[in-house]
Amino acid sequence: MEANLEPPFIRVSDLRVMYDGTTILENVNFEVGRGEILFIIGGSGCGKSTLLKSMVGLVEPDPGSVVFGDRDLVGATGDDRSAILRRFGVMYQGGALLGSLTLLENVRLPLEEYSGLPEEAQDLLALMKLKLVGLEGYDHHFPSRISGGMLKRASIARAMALDPEILFLDEPSAGLDPVTSFELDRLIYFLSRNLGITFVIISHELSSIQKIADRVIMLDKSARGIIAVGKPGDLAASTVPRVKQFFSRGEA
Amino acid sequence: MSVRFEVSGDSLRITFDGPLTFETAGSMFPEIMHKLKTGVRGISVDAHRVDAMDTAGAALLIHLEKHQSTLDLPFEIVGLAESYRKLYHLFDRAILEQTWEDEEIRWHFDAIGRRTVSLWEKVKEFTAFCGELFVALMKSISNPSRIRWKDVFITCESAGVGALPLIGMIGFLIGLILAFQSAIPMRRFGAEIFVANLIGLSMIRELGPLMTSVILAGRSGSAFAAEIGTMRINEEIDAIVTMGFDPMKFLVVPRIIASLIVAPLLTLFFQLAGLAGGAVVMLSLGFPFVTYVQQVQSAAATSDLLGALFKVTVFGVLIAAIGCYRGLETKAGASAVGASTTSAVVSGIILIAVFDGIFAVIFYFMGW
Repeated sequence: MEANLEPPFIRVSDLRVMYDGTTILENVNFEVGRGEILFIIGGSGCGKSTLLKSMVGLVEPDPGSVVFGDRDLVGATGDDRSAILRRFGVMYQGGALLGSLTLLENVRLPLEEYSGLPEEAQDLLALMKLKLVGLEGYDHHFPSRISGGMLKRASIARAMALDPEILFLDEPSAGLDPVTSFELDRLIYFLSRNLGITFVIISHELSSIQKIADRVIMLDKSARGIIAVGKPGDLAASTVPRVKQFFSRGEA
Repeated sequence: MSVRFEVSGDSLRITFDGPLTFETAGSMFPEIMHKLKTGVRGISVDAHRVDAMDTAGAALLIHLEKHQSTLDLPFEIVGLAESYRKLYHLFDRAILEQTWEDEEIRWHFDAIGRRTVSLWEKVKEFTAFCGELFVALMKSISNPSRIRWKDVFITCESAGVGALPLIGMIGFLIGLILAFQSAIPMRRFGAEIFVANLIGLSMIRELGPLMTSVILAGRSGSAFAAEIGTMRINEEIDAIVTMGFDPMKFLVVPRIIASLIVAPLLTLFFQLAGLAGGAVVMLSLGFPFVTYVQQVQSAAATSDLLGALFKVTVFGVLIAAIGCYRGLETKAGASAVGASTTSAVVSGIILIAVFDGIFAVIFYFMGW
């Protein structure tokens, strides 16, 4: 099943981000289609995390716009902003689950705050989300007692609590063994194709990219922006030296 | 979105019209649950007109289904579109139950027993810690070049020099207030001159060491627990151990030595500030400064001062030891550091009070 690329769902235009007078990214333009799995790749320090942070509103670009549907997150305040923020969930690199709460309570937290559902329904929904990421039976475990891969899946479950249309994942397979990483890829593919969730993923994992990416955006430090966009196969066959080097695991 | 109910006999027909999502499910849930309590048996859901459904909608239907199946009553859904049906069937009913693994505590006796056992375990652990600490201290003293002096001085600076303004201010104010408050009743007997004796004796013998230790426990005992606790949850302690270092020697001994040095010095400073506070009151009552000094000297002997400094040295070691111990026993998680810090301060203050009592008895029998 091909993802539907039209009409663009997220549109990032003319984005520039500066830290302390140094330009990290400039002239960044790209679109994400509804239901698409988009990977953002590039060497360390190329601004991947910065791009993700500016897409989820943690860093304000100047200038630039990040439009979800027809609403710009940049400059949005108050209710407008929370309405846009509710359309996506974010999985942070370390999981960022609250250590004093069980997995069930972690997933239920956004539901308690925003859903208005009665408690029994919140519990049921939280269990459904944990089931979706394959963590059934772990609802009463604390984050400190589960493995790294489970932590990431639990974090995805929390990000999905309110049925967001978009999930941003920051290095989902970093620090995972190949089997767990493969299962995570399967989960992402499953959620994308079955629930129609759009994914924007930062990753270095070549095997994940080749297996599940619909499209890939490659950033580069010296270019301060995008140097290649396309299907994973196209990028792998690219003649641009830096892209070629990345896809051949460092060999020039 | 609307929901309609038709009751025929003992069965209920629920008709949904419009989206069945997070926006709508919240308000419909209580309404439907209320209807279920009216004594209906069978439920049939008409979903022909559901034009959007997310997991909240699916949860609502699953909740209904589970409600019916636990009571062994009939349930059916008709007309749910294929894509929504897929979402609805994504979840295996059997596993959508919460697992509980808290140990059930059946009796109060059971709870008392558990507490006692865990308290006893704690006592044993702390005794072992004290033993290890003693060995590490003895080793360090027999070979002083192995002590990490840089850490000792850094801790001296943060726990000692950094505490001076607070110690000075509190000492001065307590001296001032104590002198002022006691001068009022003393005046009725024309005995204001003895305010100097009271200030001298209480500041040097009791308040100096006690207040300094309490401040040290609040400022530095908590800091030790937080520092070492954070290192524990960041796996820094594990790193230290696997590099072949002894955390006792590496982290605890420098802090103990540092508080051994700063506790008496801070006490001297506190006593001086307290006496200065008392002096202000005495001068304002019209006594010359020399008289004040003479009264203080006649009230408190050198042995009082030495006894106080001995006491506070012990308190200093206790505070640092309990702070480090609480830090080292920190469990996982951010809240664990908070718990360690709190218990470091609380047990520090308790230990100070207990040992102060013990010293009072000893000093009494020794005739000091």
